[in-house]
Amino acid sequence: MHSFGYRANALLTFAVTILALMCAMASVSDNFNTPTPSAQVQVLNINWFQKQPNGNDEVSMTMNISADLQSLFTWNTKQVFVFLAAEYETPKNSLNQISLWDGIIPSKEHAKFWIHTSNKYRFIDQGSNLRGKEYNLTMHWHVMPKTGKMFADKIVMPGYRLPQEYR
Amino acid sequence: MDWQGQKITEQLMQLIIVAFAVIAFATGYLMASFQMMILIYAGGVVLTTLVTVPNWPFFNHHPLKWLDPSELEKHPKPQPSPNVSSKKKSVKK
Repeated sequence: MHSFGYRANALLTFAVTILALMCAMASVSDNFNTPTPSAQVQVLNINWFQKQPNGNDEVSMTMNISADLQSLFTWNTKQVFVFLAAEYETPKNSLNQISLWDGIIPSKEHAKFWIHTSNKYRFIDQGSNLRGKEYNLTMHWHVMPKTGKMFADKIVMPGYRLPQEYR
Repeated sequence: MDWQGQKITEQLMQLIIVAFAVIAFATGYLMASFQMMILIYAGGVVLTTLVTVPNWPFFNHHPLKWLDPSELEKHPKPQPSPNVSSKKKSVKK
């Protein structure tokens, strides 16, 4: 009947079950958080704007990226992955989405930031549609939890336009 | 550990672990610290292990009481009934 080993096994099994339940509840508690993030991007300069030999347009630009994503962090948040994408419409694709910059925010203290940078990834169109093109800059984020469900959302910042002529 | 001790052990184990889980979750939530929740819960599991897994003396307060030998005389062992039956065997020449 009951022995040392049996009692230890019963205890650890029960303990792990309760731990799983606690983790599930921690994940559910994230739903009670109402984040109020803010973001702002200024395009300071179009460094160069060329048509590639293969016919695609390519842009390099300098930006000020500032954001306050501190409200995304809860006790269950491990890190936040954030990226800035240019989004626009062309005859070929109704949604073109090009990541210009991304970063991993490891803690709440780093979640309020101001960055002056050129685009980390190349802004290349599938075609030659960028002259005079109006586009959105959209900041996306994925909140990565310690345990449970991942949340994702974005802020759309419209009203950006590329120049009419190549530089 | 006797029967009563085992029952007490099981109930005590569940009670302590659930209590520590509630305390750990509440503390972790209020302090906004997932790590604190895990540490408190781990402490609770260790404490529960030390209290309920070994065969402590206080789990042996209700030993089984075997019947006194004198009971044997009041209820004698039933004797098997004699059953003598013999069959004839025919011997063939």
